[in-house]
Amino acid sequence: MIADLKTFIERERPHWKELERELDRIRERLADLSDLKYARHVLALFQRTSSDLARLQGSSAEPELKAYLENLVGSGYSEIHSATRDRRNFRPWRWLVRTFPQAFRRQIWGFWISLALTIVGALLGAILISKGVEGREAIYPFPHLVNQTPSERVAREERQQSRAHSENRDDMEGSKTVFSASLMRNNISVTFRAMALGMTWGIGTLIILFYNGVILGAVAFDYIADGQTVFLLGWLLPHGSVEIPAILLGGQAGLVLGRALIGWGTPDSLRTRFRKVTPDLATIAGGAALILVWAGIIEAFFSQYHEPILPYWVKILFGSAQLVALAWFLFFSGKSKDGKDESAS
Amino acid sequence: MSSRSATLNISTPEGVTFSLPLAGPVTRSLAYFIDLALFFALWNVTALLLSPFMFFLQGLGAGMAIMLQFAYLEGMRMVMELLWRGQTVGKKLMGLRVVDEQGLKLRPSQVVIRNLLRFVDVLPAFYALGGMVSLFSARAQRLGDLAAGTVVVRTVKTQPPDVASVLAGKFNSFRECPHIEARLRQKVTPEEAQLALHALVRRDDLNEESRHKLYEQLAAHFREKVKFPEDVVFGLSDEQYIRNVVETVFRGRK
Repeated sequence: MIADLKTFIERERPHWKELERELDRIRERLADLSDLKYARHVLALFQRTSSDLARLQGSSAEPELKAYLENLVGSGYSEIHSATRDRRNFRPWRWLVRTFPQAFRRQIWGFWISLALTIVGALLGAILISKGVEGREAIYPFPHLVNQTPSERVAREERQQSRAHSENRDDMEGSKTVFSASLMRNNISVTFRAMALGMTWGIGTLIILFYNGVILGAVAFDYIADGQTVFLLGWLLPHGSVEIPAILLGGQAGLVLGRALIGWGTPDSLRTRFRKVTPDLATIAGGAALILVWAGIIEAFFSQYHEPILPYWVKILFGSAQLVALAWFLFFSGKSKDGKDESAS
Repeated sequence: MSSRSATLNISTPEGVTFSLPLAGPVTRSLAYFIDLALFFALWNVTALLLSPFMFFLQGLGAGMAIMLQFAYLEGMRMVMELLWRGQTVGKKLMGLRVVDEQGLKLRPSQVVIRNLLRFVDVLPAFYALGGMVSLFSARAQRLGDLAAGTVVVRTVKTQPPDVASVLAGKFNSFRECPHIEARLRQKVTPEEAQLALHALVRRDDLNEESRHKLYEQLAAHFREKVKFPEDVVFGLSDEQYIRNVVETVFRGRK
């Protein structure tokens, strides 16, 4: 207990006020703790205030002063002990070409499981359709895929596009941007949901990935079995080559989150596990969202045009090249000269 | 279920423990609804501002509107929390702040994750899952907070008590009797001295009736300890009597 509170406050108040002022300056970026001399001065003020608080602890006689010092020490602790956290400013290009692919590679196991699960789902979807299982409506999310055979759809699409081509008009005119924006919104929501559902021990993520796989497999089998492989590739590859990997990235993030929640193979506490993966999760989710913006543009402005407007080989070539580029980017971009990735910060 | 406390206690490497008061579900919900109202207001204003251009932009305008609405809904809270050190408009108004659960500065990834995980916190409706989890969490964390390692605390504006103004610059008639002052110092315990000091420091926090009652009781208590001559205490109010006692005791301990 401090017997002479008045003297104590009078003596210490200037240091507290100075610390308060310096913390305000740091917050407003008028001062920087990277200056060693300045950092030492602020640290000394902080330590003095901490010791003042320690002297008051255990005493219930100065609640107001204690609350003030706790606040001050809390703010000082946050600024001083996380001084290295915001030392590096966010650099978008560096984040895109280094941080994002490196985070993807650090958590690559999640991507492989996402991919494997989607493939298993796709195989099941294909088997269900090949066996003529009732209830295609339950598998297909779009009614036009249920009511028409692929050949009928292709014929209709090509007929419409041929007419539009000969009349020199664009049936998608005016609606492409709306369509594109709707696709982006929907796909980004699905991807974020796949990640967030990792908090259900990954079960929700597994279901989303598996169901997506079933739809994909069913549609692909339907078109291939009906002899429309070229149309399918031309329709799906331009946007699917980026859209499907982006959703797999969302699934990857969800599985990483689920694993952190379960805690397999690590002695770390739950809080430590989450702390370790959150930067990678945020990066992967952000990267996936960015890819989906591109996918939305391609799907609305490119994928919906068929022959005779746009030859299928052009679309297939574009989609394949895009897939290779994305794979290269994710697996090789941002590697150092010795071929290694930076460890997570 | 872990034990639940209303504060987040953090021990620093300097060996000091400080606590931050955790926000309750009601204030957090109110902050959420304020942010939601702000979203609708901002969106309506944006739509109003965009409407003259819609005719020219046509499809492009409608597409932009869809993306803007989505960006507002998902990104508005994130941007505010990033720019305002863990606060949104709703949180500012309700006196709340998102902080790192170790008392450190929020990282951008923490803000992103706690907001993206709203997708699961809202399930099945009206934040039922997130609300339930936070009720059972020792740190009142919803799933997003748990994954991001964040907590929502109440911001308390504090100032050091102005003890100096209570004690300084006033004439103390007790000084005329140093021998009685010495006896007073001897008889007043440190706890009694602190109590009297805080009664003076918090003078303006008390209403008039309570203040008179408290000062009357304290003055009566101190009057019984020692007897000053009548001419020294003549005309002294209870409050002034306590001021004199406090000044005498603390001056003596220098």
